[in-house]
Amino acid sequence: MSFIKTALGSAAALAVLAGAALAEPALMYDLGGKFDKSFNEAAYNGAQRWAEETGESYQEIEVTAEAQRVQFATRLAEAGYNPIVVLGFQNAATVEEVAPKYPDTKFAIIDVSWLDIPNLQQISFAEHEGSYLVGMLAAMASKSGTVGFIGGMDVPLIRHFACGYAQGAKAVNPDINVVANMTGTTPAAWNDPVKGGELTKGQISQGADVVYAAAGGTGVGVLQAAADGNILSIGVDSNQNYLHPGKVLTSMLKRVDNAVYDVFKNGVDGFEPGVMTMGLDNDGVGYALDEYNEALITDEMKAAVDDAKAKIIAGDIEVVSYYANDSCPALDF
Amino acid sequence: MDVIPKWADAILIPLISILLAFIISALVILAIGEDPVRALQLMVQGTFGNSAGIGFMLFYATNFIFTGLAVAIAFHARLFNIGGEGQATLGGLGVALVCLSLPWPHWTLALPAALIGGALFGAFWALIPAYLQAKRGSHIVITTIMFNFIASAVMVYLLVEVLKPAGSMDPASPRFPEGAHLPRMSDILGAVGIPFSDAAPVNVSFFVALLACYLFWLLVWRTRLGYEIRAYGQSESAARYAGISPTRIILITMLISGALAGAMAINNVMAAERLVLNSVEGAGFIGIAVALMGRSHPFGVLLASLLFGFLVQGGAEIDFWTNIPRELIVVIQALVILFTGALDNMVRMPLAKVFLMLRKREG
Repeated sequence: MSFIKTALGSAAALAVLAGAALAEPALMYDLGGKFDKSFNEAAYNGAQRWAEETGESYQEIEVTAEAQRVQFATRLAEAGYNPIVVLGFQNAATVEEVAPKYPDTKFAIIDVSWLDIPNLQQISFAEHEGSYLVGMLAAMASKSGTVGFIGGMDVPLIRHFACGYAQGAKAVNPDINVVANMTGTTPAAWNDPVKGGELTKGQISQGADVVYAAAGGTGVGVLQAAADGNILSIGVDSNQNYLHPGKVLTSMLKRVDNAVYDVFKNGVDGFEPGVMTMGLDNDGVGYALDEYNEALITDEMKAAVDDAKAKIIAGDIEVVSYYANDSCPALDF
Repeated sequence: MDVIPKWADAILIPLISILLAFIISALVILAIGEDPVRALQLMVQGTFGNSAGIGFMLFYATNFIFTGLAVAIAFHARLFNIGGEGQATLGGLGVALVCLSLPWPHWTLALPAALIGGALFGAFWALIPAYLQAKRGSHIVITTIMFNFIASAVMVYLLVEVLKPAGSMDPASPRFPEGAHLPRMSDILGAVGIPFSDAAPVNVSFFVALLACYLFWLLVWRTRLGYEIRAYGQSESAARYAGISPTRIILITMLISGALAGAMAINNVMAAERLVLNSVEGAGFIGIAVALMGRSHPFGVLLASLLFGFLVQGGAEIDFWTNIPRELIVVIQALVILFTGALDNMVRMPLAKVFLMLRKREG
């Protein structure tokens, strides 16, 4: 009897919680975890920035299993959170299923651009353009003529990064050798710094002197091994220059934080459905330049990259997207 | 002489083990400054408080029943199949290929075909380690776990290069045809007038899993093959003396084991209606814990699967509503596995003393 009472009590508490949650925004992370020093963490930083500026709070949830995607998205919508930001292309099917059931709830999804749902904002990033710029920097910084790329899993999104990187490197030096490795074949590959470090050592022995990591939490190990091996590395998603000052050439910024921040800030009233592409033109992607790496980026390098950036925005340079026809002109997989 | 009565062995020992695991988990939760009572309330309320929670528990449990039975049948022949993960992964491929190959008119046709497809692929994946064990003496623990990695690598290749629709960013197969849609529990119970949430993915596969439990019992305790498997497991030399071929038993047992693990895919892949990377999500490994806890008996496997289904679903609820980090939920699951599987004797020996004392007093 007392158990039933406490159970009812907790149900009441949940109901109160749900009531208080009304119009609070929510953020649903993708597999890989909140503190991956990369994609998910960038989203977290954006949400935190919003919370600190407004003094308001938000709900967050980490997905740990496929079946939980729809479960959690439904729970968030049912509990009255609005808007709901969902991270990752793997959740495309999730919002496809959940968003039409809750037409009054505003959804936003990052890394998806091909759905057609009236209460959904889709934000995709031109990662290949940002990767092109850091590829140029890598080729200009490289003395050996070999640059490396370390991805998480061999999935289209990561090929998309690698493809832009290779095109940028070859634009600077057509003879450059791009070595690409993937960390693993299970989701553990996104959080395996030890393996990342081993792959980096392998690439160093193949002559690479700049290594670009697009592998989530694995990248921490890549950056560490590169710093230990006295070569340069390139971070991804968040600005990772500070991790090893003077050893990280730059970071390919993918401003997921800005995207989340904007959706939270615009709230329900300022919600804009449709597709938004974050590219070089609106600083959705770019390369990081701060006090930790200014000594590594010479004026000529900066001038060349900024020139290429302007040309990409103007359409004079076309960076081929891996998605265009599932292949890459500069790199074989 | 058995000091502990059978009922105590089957029920009391696991219950005490679970209780110990929960007490230590509560201490850990207290240590990080959270309220263990509230955590337990959330787990129970979030699982049994509504039909969606029950549905998710049963969905996870269905996976664990299949992989648990897979490990259990191998245990009976004293083989340690830790390749359930890879066999279920390949089973998913078999199910996906069957579902995509034909425009299925109705699920009643698609389900048996997919079941056979999944079981065949799973059995095939177990056959190679079984052959190596039987003929070459390569230890099955090593080979099956290596085959898990090969399976995940094969899936990445197939999903990225072959099965993925052109131009899609998502490394996943196309959606299965409408006719391969399995009725969910809400459809089944709705037909007889019982309301059930349609949010949970639990489906007709749950009943297939129950049937598999029954067939498992029939096979192991009521057939000649089952007797041979158990005889081989008890003593290889005695079985050999009785004219039982070890090669044959190893191969057949592992084929059944792989088929059971592969059959799990009718639940996780067919219900999701497309094949994604990492669709098994560790169910193959949880199957080991389930089989250990269930004493390799189908009814025990069923109960243990329900417990682990509860832990996964309840853990998600804790994750959702509290600041308890999700790693701690893994700790709780690990403690349950530790106490029920590895620390069995810690409970058994004191309990045996208690029963001995009781018996002396009676005598």
